[in-house]
Amino acid sequence: MQMSELDELYQELIMDHNRRPRNFRPIECPDREANGYNPFCGDTVTLYLKMDGADVADVAFQGSGCAISRASASMMTEAVKGKSGEEARQVFDAFHEMLTHPPDSEFEPDDALGDLEVLSGVSEFPTRIKCATLSWHALRSALDGGGETVKTE
Amino acid sequence: MSAAHISIDSDAIRRDFPILSRTVYGKPLVYLDNAATSHKPRGVIRALSDYYEGYNSNVHRGVHALSMEATDRFEEARSAVARFINAESPDEIIWTRNATEAINLVAHSWPQGNIEPGGEIVTTEMEHHSNLVPWQKVAADRGARLRFLPIADDGTLDLSGVDSIINERTRLLTIVHSSNSLGTINPVKELAAKARAVGAAVMIDGAQSVPHMPVDVQDLDCDFLTLSGHKMLGPTGIGALYAKRDALETMEPFLRGGEMVLSVTLEGATWNELPMRFEAGTPNIADAIGLGAAVEYLEAIGMDRVRQHEVELTGYALERFAELEEIDVFGPRDLSLRGGVVSFYASDIHPHDLGTFLDRRGIAVRTGHHCTMPVMGRLGVPATARASFYIYNTEDEVDLLVDALKDALRYFGNGPR
Ligand SMILES: Cc1ncc(COP(=O)(O)O)c(C=O)c1O
Repeated sequence: MQMSELDELYQELIMDHNRRPRNFRPIECPDREANGYNPFCGDTVTLYLKMDGADVADVAFQGSGCAISRASASMMTEAVKGKSGEEARQVFDAFHEMLTHPPDSEFEPDDALGDLEVLSGVSEFPTRIKCATLSWHALRSALDGGGETVKTE
Repeated sequence: MSAAHISIDSDAIRRDFPILSRTVYGKPLVYLDNAATSHKPRGVIRALSDYYEGYNSNVHRGVHALSMEATDRFEEARSAVARFINAESPDEIIWTRNATEAINLVAHSWPQGNIEPGGEIVTTEMEHHSNLVPWQKVAADRGARLRFLPIADDGTLDLSGVDSIINERTRLLTIVHSSNSLGTINPVKELAAKARAVGAAVMIDGAQSVPHMPVDVQDLDCDFLTLSGHKMLGPTGIGALYAKRDALETMEPFLRGGEMVLSVTLEGATWNELPMRFEAGTPNIADAIGLGAAVEYLEAIGMDRVRQHEVELTGYALERFAELEEIDVFGPRDLSLRGGVVSFYASDIHPHDLGTFLDRRGIAVRTGHHCTMPVMGRLGVPATARASFYIYNTEDEVDLLVDALKDALRYFGNGPR
């Protein structure tokens, strides 16, 4: 296929998470819940958290969105499950840095990112960065206590 | 051989639009986002530079040559717009920034004395936000009620209840002529007559109709009609409100300051003649002149032929889209009820992903809610992708779009890429 940049955006792993999103379900009686909304494209996400002390015991999401936003949410749930709230925030920071670092600057992916690194191609598509970060903002809001709908704008 | 080439010579027209020769990611630009904004022919671009290079000057107050020249060209442009929509007089054309400002002008200046508490404003479920949000405020401020003509399943207006929705309490009917998200052309003339019969005023949002078909305000018998220059080959930053003289005479000014006054004392002011009364401050001279050039360009082609070209192209697109089983196309199938807009949704592919895919092929479509969020709710989709045509689009471009969509379905589908 000649569209190599497109393939970099839509990596196989991303397509797989889009088709079969992990932890795509509600959590009964979650400890925390947060909504995300991207007014630009209408994407919505609801994020559920079950905590075990300071740790993320379970995390799941629902909502509607594009392949990038769905895959990002799905992979996020896998990345932060079992981590402490503090560790989850660090993954958030590393992920955010990966997508928003200035194009010419050096960027060393954080080990904590693991599979999430396949989403690094999104940084080449400025109009799509918000798709990838929507669920992450919802996660941070949930870690902070939830409540308000977070918007990407 | 297709009929489209008989009514309009798109190849010749394309040569008038410099931007159409550029490439995007190394591919020829296929611009199918005309409902958002149109491209500009060389004559319009030249009208702008001619003004700045040749006779740049403020209008109306000058005794010197440049100012008189600028005033003449500026007023000729107003006359051109008046002629284009068959207004009785150029005094009924008020320059605005765009259709949105034109609607806001009416929403600001007309309700006083015309909409009392309990009065009703009738509009539709398919309005662009710019013909909805201002009326929400008017209704709230004046204790009036906003009523909606609903959308039927085929994307036309459901008029089964129209005779109770438009009633003796109706003060204003404000309705989109041609929908930017469904493509539907509404029966505005018939609805205007119904509104008139109960004594209501009529406003038509012509942002998507005036660029694409013959529009005659006297035939439609509307009090107001709005348009945006940038959607009809003109520059951004210029639009117009058509308003019947009788309506304008009763309205309060919109903005206040220079140009709109006749005489001013420290205590008060008297208002200038129409249309200047509604044009406070130095107007957008260059872009008004540019819009005049755009109107002349469209007139030279003939709006019947513009419309015919889009009917044929849209018909061709609908035929080709029928090959794409996975894709739903919204809006009426009857081409006489439809503008050159094809809004579609593939249940397995989010419109945003589709937009990115097409973009990499040089194909520009719009994805999202198209400033009609209630319509998305009605269709039960988060967003759509939308291809919208104009005089320079061709069947070859429709083919490129459909081929790209086939590839996209494969790319995002379950099979191997
Ligand atoms: C039907 C309709 N009305 C109004 C508008 C507003 O036009 P503008 O943004 O130029 O004011 C648009 C623009 O998309 C439109 O499609």
